[in-house]
Amino acid sequence: MIGAAVLRPDAIDKVRGEARFVDDLAFPGMLHAAVIRGTVPHAKICKLDLKSVSKHPRVICTLTANEIPGENVVHVIYDDQPALADEIVRYIGEPIALLAAEDRTSANQAVKLATINYEELPAVFDSLSALSPDAPTVAVPAATEKAPNLFNAMRIRKGDVAQGFAQADVIVEGEYHTGYQEHAYLETQGAIAVPELNGAMAIYGTMQCPFYVQAAVAKVLGLPLSKVRVIQTATGGAFGGKEDVPSLVACLAALLAWKARRSVKLVFDREEDILTTSKRHPSIVRYKSGAKADGTLTAIEVDFVYNAGAYQTLSPAVLWRGLMHAAGPYRIPHVKIDGRSVATNTVPCGAFRGFGSPQVIFAHESQMDRLAERLGIDRLEIRRRNALQIGDETATKQRLSESVGVLQTIEKAGRLAHWEERLRKVEAFNAASRDRRRGLGISSVMYGVGLGGKAPFLDKAGAYMKLEADGSIGIAVGTVEMGQGLTTALTQIASEALSVPFDRIHLAPVDSSRVPDSGPTVASRGTMMSGLAILDAAAKLKERIRTVAKDLHIPKNEIPSRLKEIAQAFFMRNLDPAVEGWAQGAPVDWDEETGLGNAYFVYAYATHIAQVEVDLTTGEASVEDFVAVHDSGRIVNHQLASGQVEGGIAQGLGFALMEDIPQEDGRLMTTGFTTYRIPTIRDIAADTKVAFVEALYSAGPFGAKGLGEVPLMASHTAVSRAVAHALGAAVNTYPLSPERVKGSVA
Amino acid sequence: MRITLTVNEAKRELEIEPGETLLELLRREGYKGVKKGCGSGDCGACAVLLDGRAVNSCLVLAAKADGRKVVTVEGLADDEGLHPVQQAFLEEGAIQCGYCTPGMVIAAVDLLTHNSSPSEAQIREGISGNLCRCTGYVKQIEAIKIAVERMGEGADD
Ligand code: FES
Ligand code: FES
Repeated sequence: MIGAAVLRPDAIDKVRGEARFVDDLAFPGMLHAAVIRGTVPHAKICKLDLKSVSKHPRVICTLTANEIPGENVVHVIYDDQPALADEIVRYIGEPIALLAAEDRTSANQAVKLATINYEELPAVFDSLSALSPDAPTVAVPAATEKAPNLFNAMRIRKGDVAQGFAQADVIVEGEYHTGYQEHAYLETQGAIAVPELNGAMAIYGTMQCPFYVQAAVAKVLGLPLSKVRVIQTATGGAFGGKEDVPSLVACLAALLAWKARRSVKLVFDREEDILTTSKRHPSIVRYKSGAKADGTLTAIEVDFVYNAGAYQTLSPAVLWRGLMHAAGPYRIPHVKIDGRSVATNTVPCGAFRGFGSPQVIFAHESQMDRLAERLGIDRLEIRRRNALQIGDETATKQRLSESVGVLQTIEKAGRLAHWEERLRKVEAFNAASRDRRRGLGISSVMYGVGLGGKAPFLDKAGAYMKLEADGSIGIAVGTVEMGQGLTTALTQIASEALSVPFDRIHLAPVDSSRVPDSGPTVASRGTMMSGLAILDAAAKLKERIRTVAKDLHIPKNEIPSRLKEIAQAFFMRNLDPAVEGWAQGAPVDWDEETGLGNAYFVYAYATHIAQVEVDLTTGEASVEDFVAVHDSGRIVNHQLASGQVEGGIAQGLGFALMEDIPQEDGRLMTTGFTTYRIPTIRDIAADTKVAFVEALYSAGPFGAKGLGEVPLMASHTAVSRAVAHALGAAVNTYPLSPERVKGSVA
Repeated sequence: MRITLTVNEAKRELEIEPGETLLELLRREGYKGVKKGCGSGDCGACAVLLDGRAVNSCLVLAAKADGRKVVTVEGLADDEGLHPVQQAFLEEGAIQCGYCTPGMVIAAVDLLTHNSSPSEAQIREGISGNLCRCTGYVKQIEAIKIAVERMGEGADD
């Protein structure tokens, strides 16, 4: 069953158009919410007049910050973000007031009837200006580590970089810039709040982290956690964009439902979604690397700054992952890394597939190529020579004791791409061509699976498992299906562990009242953590099944085929047929001061190779061919896994070549997919090869690690380095739009 | 205003609001398989067949559907089972979150009813108006190729 091809149970409803996403659901008497938002980047709210809104015949109620029954915060990490701006608005689009109406059209019309008067305050929009000592403080002061606007500073200090650079034969330095990337999940954010008996509140919504939503709603309503129940609806893509934002959406819907005492639906339209919800942090990364003549890395010094936007939300965690991934999958004796996240009057940035790592990966992989070039070493070879192996130490001095497949990914990718032969072909093509040039790019990455040493308390997961009287199995877990195929992978794991056929097992969507807090569905941890919880539950259930089988004189090897008989016996004899499983991440430890320690319990790896062709006259780069090789330990389902990789490649391609949102004085200059272009089928390589090397992880379910985020992390730099190779020019800023490409040719 | 139209082979007489789009009308009438991804004609999630051709229903006024035939994703499967395009999407792993799936399947059905042996370039062209953020499109191309083969076999019988 592990590694087998099975039909996704959730896909049948989806292909028939019968899957129910949040906007497809309705409850009796349900109202429709709309959000009244700030229109200036930084201001005191002098007057908020909702009289005309209330007079709208279809409006049932409005709600402002001072009516909030609990605390006016959206709980994520540090509680600086209010559910509704109270006195100060800090970014364009920040929620200020709410309304609920009988229908959605009226709700959207009534928003325009609100009058808000502001006293504008000085604002800053980019991280470097915000860090300057004379910048106005734009963050909630208590949320900053240092005035005026430094949210967080984190560092790694290993060895002595001065000594490391002294040992180097070549040193290269570079500065790299990336802008906003929008998740562009096809289904926008949405939630329905449904008041339940006895003052309780249920939330239905599209999300990755039901337990974050539960905590946030309890806090804003002033309810005990036990009175908030969160049910995940079919989720139309997330990619990190539904990690923290659904907490805000659910809080807003819940506040109105609490006030109106009726169900309330809040669904964002595309423009509202793209303008007001989190994105990938714009970044500036300064990188200095040193290597010996044979390519061996001696030292790196990295300083990077992320524009966090107006509130912290997930930025501390994003920054930390950026820090942990800034060195790449390489052996480096001397390491100095500093990362900072900074408050500005822009939309809060948050989680996005890769979670703070793609920005630093763009830098570390570009640096590797530049070292190779300076030293006259092949680009694949320099990665091979520095790749981490079992027994090596990471940048945080973590000794790797097992499951390190990066070298195999480099070698296999090289073989599948026919690296050397292809390099020659590309050179021959370029020699013969005037207006078109080809290039090859290679990128290797490592990824710490799970939440790591900064938030070890989140790495847990529960599973509830029940033997039904007919021998079928019901399972509930706390991590979500969002398209990645978790339901399928977990059902396969349960099927293997219990020796019960795949189609006799049903895994229900998450309902927070059925399982303990299982942490978020992020960090590529779903399969591993919930998989382990299922294994734990399965072991307990099997034990009970064996005891009953013995009693019925059913031999062990006949248990699977006679499970129904055994289940009947459970039922007739009043035996307990339900078990709970639990999983805890392996221990991690990490020291704030030095940044050293066992940052993650295990790492996944990948190497991607891309071939591009650039039209020098138009500046357009197109990806022609792609090879992706991953080490994610055991692959539970190859079709799902390759699908994750192919999707990640496309998102990375978008990040490198086309996705960007210009920002002018805090205003995002886009309205949706007309101006924010994401890859279409025309942008996809003619040939994409996906392969796996399975360096098994002993503590993972059947040896599995994690996969979800890694493909995006590796792909964008394979593409951008291929463009750099084609142009023979430095490529330091994303996206590599036609204008930018033309600029670097000229 | 009242319009008469056929939705998935059922004759419907429906009251429509001024300015209402076909997307809004269909969803209001319970055809929730028709998805809204943008509302601006950019994503294809709302695609339906209008007199046999795929259109983005968010760009079509409901009034324009008067007297015409609409097929939504819900109308593709019959008693015998899924449409070959649906079956191939399912088997090939072309569905992840599934939000783009109804529109993508409709676009593919339109393509295959008008071109029984499309080249890969034509397949790409045929679904180039449908955004998918999850799959990277690779498996959708494969699925459509398989559906082409199977529908070809069926036609030979
Ligand atoms: S909703 Fe119609 S094209 Fe996007
Ligand atoms: S499967 Fe998610 S958008 Fe296509």
